[in-house]
Amino acid sequence: MSRQFDALILGAGPAGMSAAIRARALGLEVAVVDEQPAPGGQIWRDIERSTAHGRSAALGSDYAAGAEVVAAFRSSGATYLAETTVWQVEPGYRVYIRRGNEMSILSAKTLLIATGAMERPVPFPGWTLPGVMTVGAAQILLKSAGQVPDVPVWIAGNGPLMLLYVNQLLDAGGQVAGILDTAVRANRWAAVFHLASALASWDELVKGIRWVSRLRGIPVVRGVRDIEAVGESKLEAVRYRTENDIDGAVTTGILLVHEGVIPDIHLSLALDCRHDWNEVQQCFVPTLDEWGQTSMGGVFVAGDGGGIGGARAAGAAGEIAAYGMARVLGRLTGTAAGAGAAAPRRLRARALAIRPLLDTLHCARRQVTAPADKTVVCRCEDITAGTIRAAAKAGARDPNQVKAITRCGMGPCLGRQCGAIASRIIAETLGRSMVETGLSRVRPPLRPITMAQLAALGDSKT
Amino acid sequence: MSSHDFDVVVIGGGLHGLSAALHIAREGRSVVVLERAWVGRHASGASAAGVRTLGRDPAELALSLEARHMWHAIAELVGDDCGFHSHGQVRIAESEAEIEKLERRVALIQGLGYRHEELVDRVELRRLVPALAPHCMAAIVVREDGAADPHRTIIAFRRSAEAAGVVIHEGQGVVAIEQRAGRWAVRTSADAYVAPVVVNAAGAWAARIAAMVGDDIPLGTKTSMMIVTERVEPFLGPVVTAAGRALSFKQTDKGTLLVGGGRQGIPDLDRETSTVNLQEIAASARTVCELFPGVSDVRVARVWAGLEAITTDMVPVIGPSPQAAGIIHVFGFSGHGFQLVPVAGAVVADFAVRGRTDREVGALQAQRLMVQRAAA
Repeated sequence: MSRQFDALILGAGPAGMSAAIRARALGLEVAVVDEQPAPGGQIWRDIERSTAHGRSAALGSDYAAGAEVVAAFRSSGATYLAETTVWQVEPGYRVYIRRGNEMSILSAKTLLIATGAMERPVPFPGWTLPGVMTVGAAQILLKSAGQVPDVPVWIAGNGPLMLLYVNQLLDAGGQVAGILDTAVRANRWAAVFHLASALASWDELVKGIRWVSRLRGIPVVRGVRDIEAVGESKLEAVRYRTENDIDGAVTTGILLVHEGVIPDIHLSLALDCRHDWNEVQQCFVPTLDEWGQTSMGGVFVAGDGGGIGGARAAGAAGEIAAYGMARVLGRLTGTAAGAGAAAPRRLRARALAIRPLLDTLHCARRQVTAPADKTVVCRCEDITAGTIRAAAKAGARDPNQVKAITRCGMGPCLGRQCGAIASRIIAETLGRSMVETGLSRVRPPLRPITMAQLAALGDSKT
Repeated sequence: MSSHDFDVVVIGGGLHGLSAALHIAREGRSVVVLERAWVGRHASGASAAGVRTLGRDPAELALSLEARHMWHAIAELVGDDCGFHSHGQVRIAESEAEIEKLERRVALIQGLGYRHEELVDRVELRRLVPALAPHCMAAIVVREDGAADPHRTIIAFRRSAEAAGVVIHEGQGVVAIEQRAGRWAVRTSADAYVAPVVVNAAGAWAARIAAMVGDDIPLGTKTSMMIVTERVEPFLGPVVTAAGRALSFKQTDKGTLLVGGGRQGIPDLDRETSTVNLQEIAASARTVCELFPGVSDVRVARVWAGLEAITTDMVPVIGPSPQAAGIIHVFGFSGHGFQLVPVAGAVVADFAVRGRTDREVGALQAQRLMVQRAAA
């Protein structure tokens, strides 16, 4: 594939698809690369098949709304590469992709990173035991395989995605044994102050209230912290302590955990774009201008990858980025691009109005972002928070140095899971800010490839 | 004596700087190490950590053999075995022409009186490296060679140096070196240090430091790339190199596979970073797949590159500046400095403390590179 695209979009979720549709309408040559077999992203995963099978009704009206966007994307004329993994990006812009065992390199004048969110890693004692999985992973099984756990599940965590999953699971005939609600109770009072502004997203609020109402009848333990998964070779029980210092335990073979989602910034990090620390969402976000452009000219981020905002905000951000790319490419004047972006900007602002409320309500507790010493942080290399803390206390202030000393982040997950937690521990230990501390350097491959696949790159054409 | 006065200032907190500092401090001298980033940031931390005498240039062979003895007792020097294992190194031949090349090599060093390199046939090679593709015909073996763990080695040298009284300042890059009343004043981004002796162990940036004291020593930059994989079951003991290919391949204690061999990435000395050239590293992966078909499906975990200096004759500079009294250079290891770490520091200590060495380093003096430039 030797052609150079005007816009190369990484990710076919709400942001990527909306951007592609708009960019095509503006006359750009567009390619969209996505890991999944069909467009939709996480939120509308497998929506075409689910719609065809009549399963989408159980997954809610928002899910069904995605079908229209997917259809528009399919007919937009963008080159769509499904089941394709991006394993390296280079300035210029060259994007290294893998499709099966086929390796190739795409080039583009502008790049849009629309890779969305990832679940916040939730390290706690015992989290690596079989039987413990994330709500997000369970949701993928539900959406793409219609898989419902055959026993009632315990869920520990908080956040909109957790509530959504409970609703989807119940609709699909699953059962919830109980919920260990880890939201910090004091946050509820703080959140009240954001209620008024959240009313701009009144329909989202209504949706949330509907989700919460479905919890009726399910045992909920509030103010849970100090969670510990216990078991010999697999999960047998979950122990916890509440904010009121009450110890509790439940017997279960399945525990689903969730502490919210954070931007997946692996690609923008690999390109060395600037990132800021979002204290409320407790995550790094790429620094973006009004078009969604990063500190590196020509590289844009839209959707949850630029800060958690949900599907509606993502779709609008995708459109805005499309106008931004057309502007950078000289296809639109600044005025024309600004006029075009006005409507999606209003839409986005309205969709984001509920965020301060949600972010405050579900702000991750410190235990999650900087766990206690005995907790394993890097599961690939089995490195505990204590080991990282000790390295920082011994004077290592750069996450790369801590990585070299401890091996934290050297495993096959490439530090995606443990990187931010390690940096948080270093920052706290040394009393430095997260921006000062930074993250360890991202090395290729950004996604695992085999030795033979890497070897095959030598034969590929650019 | 103020807190900024030392007997020796060492510029560069890589393994060679740490080793020099350790040896000098053990002779009772006060030493400060000035490191611009953090200890082991560049070549030391990016090293494949091969402990290899096999194939060494005669100019550095005596030192390399002494270093090998030191590696076999490395815990005596730094209190830790540094993850060193003596599983041997082999250099394979895949054709008659390559066998002849290896035979000539063995004859060369036997002519110099060395017997450590041993030519083995296909049967012995298969016994040593069962996973190797069957077309490989013969090899040179050095059974007492091996490999270590670079990060453990950095930690061990750092701790030993600090235990010996060495002061290490990280985050202090040297910006100027001036003569002041018969001593050297070394200014960093943050402070200034004064000493009669300054060791230039600045790796990829050593030519810039040398220029600060008036030594014009031409150096290139080496940006050797490495591949590390996920962990797999142990199947490989020795480090494998090849007569006809750019390759170094080993399995670490952790079970990961490490692929090096000198394929070059893209250096950026000013930004103090390097970028991997993926098309180039793909060639290394292909070599591994051809020689070890069993690893084709092993997942690559990371690819990286390190920065260091390379000389025109591929052997290092270890010795005093030819014109600036009190300056001692130790750099330019050209992609094979790790094994020399324990001994190079001892040589530097010889010069720093006694002004001379009995070790064989005549061919490693800076003059040889500077004369060439004058003639050019």
